[in-house]
Amino acid sequence: MFTALFGSVELGLIYGIMALGVYLSFRVLNFPDLTVDGSFVTGGAVAAIMIVSGYSPILATLAAVGAGFIAGSITGTLHAKGKINPLLSGILMMIALYSINLRIMGNSPNIPLMREDTIMTMFQSFWATLPFDGLMTSLFTTLNLPFTPSTWGILLFAIMIVIVVKLFTDFFLSTEVGLAIRATGDNPRMISSLSANTDRLKILGLGISNAFVALSGAIVTQYSSFVDVNMGIGMIIIGLASVIIGEAIFGKGSIFKITIAVIVGAVIYRMVVALALRVGFLETGDMKLITAIIVIGALVVPRLLENGKERRRKYRKARKIKEQYGGEKSVAATKSDL
Amino acid sequence: MLQLSQIFKVFNEGTTDEKAALENVYLDLKDGDFVTVIGSNGAGKSTLMNLIAGNLTPDVGKILIDTKDVTRLKEHERSKLIGRVFQDPMAGTAPSMTIEENMAMAYSRTRKRSFIAKGVTKSRKMFFKEQLESLGLGLEDRLNAKVGFLSGGERQALSLLMATFTDPSILLLDEHTAALDPSRAELITDKTKEIVSKNELTTLMVTHNMQQALDLGNRLIMMDKGQIIFEAEGEEKQRLTVERLLEEFQKIQGNQLANDRAILSH
Ligand SMILES: Nc1ncnc2c1ncn2[C@@H]1O[C@H](COP(=O)(O)OP(=O)(O)O)[C@@H](O)[C@H]1O
Ligand SMILES: [Mg+2]
Repeated sequence: MFTALFGSVELGLIYGIMALGVYLSFRVLNFPDLTVDGSFVTGGAVAAIMIVSGYSPILATLAAVGAGFIAGSITGTLHAKGKINPLLSGILMMIALYSINLRIMGNSPNIPLMREDTIMTMFQSFWATLPFDGLMTSLFTTLNLPFTPSTWGILLFAIMIVIVVKLFTDFFLSTEVGLAIRATGDNPRMISSLSANTDRLKILGLGISNAFVALSGAIVTQYSSFVDVNMGIGMIIIGLASVIIGEAIFGKGSIFKITIAVIVGAVIYRMVVALALRVGFLETGDMKLITAIIVIGALVVPRLLENGKERRRKYRKARKIKEQYGGEKSVAATKSDL
Repeated sequence: MLQLSQIFKVFNEGTTDEKAALENVYLDLKDGDFVTVIGSNGAGKSTLMNLIAGNLTPDVGKILIDTKDVTRLKEHERSKLIGRVFQDPMAGTAPSMTIEENMAMAYSRTRKRSFIAKGVTKSRKMFFKEQLESLGLGLEDRLNAKVGFLSGGERQALSLLMATFTDPSILLLDEHTAALDPSRAELITDKTKEIVSKNELTTLMVTHNMQQALDLGNRLIMMDKGQIIFEAEGEEKQRLTVERLLEEFQKIQGNQLANDRAILSH
């Protein structure tokens, strides 16, 4: 149980990078980009094939980021230059990527990375030289806690990398170009009257968004030592779920807060799924259904709560008014008295 | 400064919805000219503005700004030279972004946007504050407020500031007070007068308010059915009254009516 939750925090943080990408397209650019299902795998595929071909895992991960950027820019170009509807541009790119990903993977539907050096094992071997894990284990045993994670290295690595991506996002969105990208999603007419090329900004924004997604895919692949050509299916909904859960819990504040919210949303999503899978009658195959229900819940529940709050407020107000001014009946009574 | 020559623009040409929006329009604005534009609905005033701004391109004709031929330039390329305020108060600002972020975007209008420089810096903040103070609406204390929370009048004042504080070669105002209540409209009109004269901006302002068209600016043009049908400048403009304008309009319409009859009777 605890081990599963611990694992879902690690994974949630890594998927948080993908969720930040989805936040950039869906929320900042106001562009429902479905490329994600494909570019997530592209990231994993590029990283995996390079690692098995003997390249450094760091280089492989950077190449994955580049590939994601290119995929996103192509979606952006289809929309901006080809005047194809945003949803359709993303779907077209998504299916095109399925074939491309297979090609990248040398036409095999999956590549295992067992016994290969990955960015994870690299960090882990550095981490092992530090006394931290031993300290934590003895701390956990003296506190008599029911479980001890085998290592904290992965968690720390995930935290570090997601924070780097978060801070990069925050910074980028505050630069002159970043402001123009935000305005492109908010009021394109205004920003093009202020000499910004919205076509180019959309292409750039979608490029960065999918670069994040591919980075996430590359790290997930190295985390699980495995890439599968189908592992991207439904990824967009997971990203969206993370964004919506984050917003539902934290509300909409500054960019700095929202990017934290999105990451926390991704972790919560993973934890909910991990818990749901513990429920007896649910199976791994039910994951997508669970995801759909989580998203629907995150969309509907806040509204229901808001409605309830509003109804109670009106009810209280009606009572107060009644106390102050008397009920409707007494008004009628005074009238008939006259 | 701004020269339009032989501008023609037809919408939906060759269909039953064909509409000649501009026909053989010539216009020459000298540096510092403040031209008010009046005319009935559908006269082609907004089309004229959109052609200058680059939202539309003319079928025939040439547009020069600062003696540079901009006819083929896209809107975002031209807008380095043009400041613009729209009729809709929602159109000129980004609602989910703050006042200072909106001003920063306007500040970048005349330059190349940087990937690394922050849009809002300390020194720019000071400058934005100073600019906002000149509006006298207290917006300088709300730099971090989202623009979506401002009233229509406040937004329009902000748009006006954003269009002008970077010293555009041409300022385009298309009924920018029409969506406001009378007192707010008056405020924006006063600010417009003040800002344009202080910065000696070359301005083209569309208004449906004849009195306003007479009070503001040194030139006036009247449009009808895609053509400029009346112009007045300098002292001649100063002597104009609303009655004279109406008379002028009727005279031309009357002529047109007579023409139409003549055509029909053939
Ligand atoms: N995008 C468009 N497509 C078709 N017709 C248009 C378009 N824009 C304007 N028109 C038509 O061109 C004419 C001039 O419109 P416009 O310039 O908006 O007039 P004004 O601003 O003077 O009221 C009107 O008849 C209008 O219906
Ligand atoms: Mg108009």
